[in-house]
Amino acid sequence: MLLNEKVTAYRTLLTKEVLRFLRIWIQTILPSMIVTALYFVIFGKLLGEKIGRVEGLTYIEFIVPGLILMTVITNSYSNVVSSFYSAKFQRNIEEMLVSPMPNYIILIGFMSGGVARGLIVGLSVLLVSVFFVDIRIFNITVLISVCILTSILFSIAGFINALYAQSFDDISIIPTFVLTPLTYLGGIFYSASYLPGIWKDIALFNPILYMVNTFRYGFWGVDAPLLKSYIVVLVIIAGLYLYAISLLRSGKGLKS
Amino acid sequence: MNNALVIENLNKSYANGLKAVCDLNLSIKQGEFFALLGPNGAGKSTTIGVITSLVTKTSGKVTIFGNDIDTHFVKARRSIGLVPQEFNFNIFEPIVEVLINQAGYYGIPRKIAQESAEHYLNKLRLWDRRKDSARLLSGGMKRRLMIARALVHHPKLLILDEPTAGVDLEIRYSMWEYFQELNASGVTIILTTHYLEEAESLCRHVAIIDKGRIVEDTSIRQLINSMGEEIFILDLKTPINGQLQLDNLKIHMIDSTTIEIELSRETTINELFKILSNAEIEVLSMRNKSSRLEQFFLNLVSGHDKVSERSGI
Repeated sequence: MLLNEKVTAYRTLLTKEVLRFLRIWIQTILPSMIVTALYFVIFGKLLGEKIGRVEGLTYIEFIVPGLILMTVITNSYSNVVSSFYSAKFQRNIEEMLVSPMPNYIILIGFMSGGVARGLIVGLSVLLVSVFFVDIRIFNITVLISVCILTSILFSIAGFINALYAQSFDDISIIPTFVLTPLTYLGGIFYSASYLPGIWKDIALFNPILYMVNTFRYGFWGVDAPLLKSYIVVLVIIAGLYLYAISLLRSGKGLKS
Repeated sequence: MNNALVIENLNKSYANGLKAVCDLNLSIKQGEFFALLGPNGAGKSTTIGVITSLVTKTSGKVTIFGNDIDTHFVKARRSIGLVPQEFNFNIFEPIVEVLINQAGYYGIPRKIAQESAEHYLNKLRLWDRRKDSARLLSGGMKRRLMIARALVHHPKLLILDEPTAGVDLEIRYSMWEYFQELNASGVTIILTTHYLEEAESLCRHVAIIDKGRIVEDTSIRQLINSMGEEIFILDLKTPINGQLQLDNLKIHMIDSTTIEIELSRETTINELFKILSNAEIEVLSMRNKSSRLEQFFLNLVSGHDKVSERSGI
């Protein structure tokens, strides 16, 4: 395919993906806004005022970045896993497989759909947070780059999950048993420095911790290992991307 | 004339050990209207799956208009349009979007895709429903949508896997006309169908696949000429009581006014009517018991007909 044809194919897939989740915005965008608003009210206002300051921030200031990033993670992941698995289930993925569109365009197209939803929902939650806390942005470049990279990472992870999935149960197992624990243990609601003994070292293997800390830095300028965080995220993205491409090439979950 | 499709030594084994296709060789000339027939599970859909890149082959080589599906997959895939056996479009999408998106995957810009979608939706009488979700269409309309989708990027080779299953007669005949029109315009067509009358009416060439192997590959004309006998059903004007015996004809009484006659190819219809006239039997109507191809096919797959022993093929 010529470059302009690849761009057309990518744009077609991206537009289709974005329209899909915008058409069902009550299911895809609104719930995260409501749930996060509840987090702000309960943990930020009601409980937070009794907790006091964490790493020099009020508790609600401390949790806002993590909650935004949590919605970015879950929405990016769930958008790709559900959309791609539905395409497999209804077999309309065959529309792409019979076409000359290269595998990487299929991957990037679905991934971009996940990133678009992650960013739109993340921005919506940011707007909700304005009603609860006085938002200051310390470093917009870090904020945007971490948000996009996190979204890319979890979109590709969702894609791989969908490739392996053979039933609708399979697309909820990873989010429930892996993603949710990693997110909640990723320093959204507490500082990793509070963890006792060995748990502090174990937490360092959780990539979400790096993302949340860096994202928090972008908001408030609190100390975070920026370089290490970017390296961790970029390495994971590269690994997942190559793995997803190799699965597509082998026809895993798509071709008999 | 160049070949539209060449399959060489194709093999496909599944993980459970099932050999779906064994050393299959087939070539289809450009401009051909080709029937690929076989019983359920014979390997037709697997073969089509390999041609269209939906099934990974175990070994062998497939070229579409000279382009290897592995090394020149862009050109190969661009030349194929597939109408699969089962509905496989997004049921929540408006049907015009189904076509425009499909064209987009082939790199066709939206404006050109819209024109192409309009052309084929009009041709297949779906334009008035273009804004409806695909799930709201009737079974016949869904089939026509899949045909329109397969054509939206103007393929040179159209693969129709059971395209008229569940379609009413009127629509079926109009689809036949359209397939013939497409074929006349230069599109090579491969048809699989269980309606053998469909294959007999539309196709010039037929390959029969059984247990993953091609057991017959010839023209429809040659195939029919090779058949030993043909069975006709005659409706009689006057009832006949008892068993009817006429010369050496094989006759089976269905009821007192309906008889079945098995006619060898050496006996002409004129001779048959001469015998009937001499016996003062008046015939109101006459028809084939089944389509000739159907008769051949049934013989072949039930093992009654020894293909290899027949002369002339």
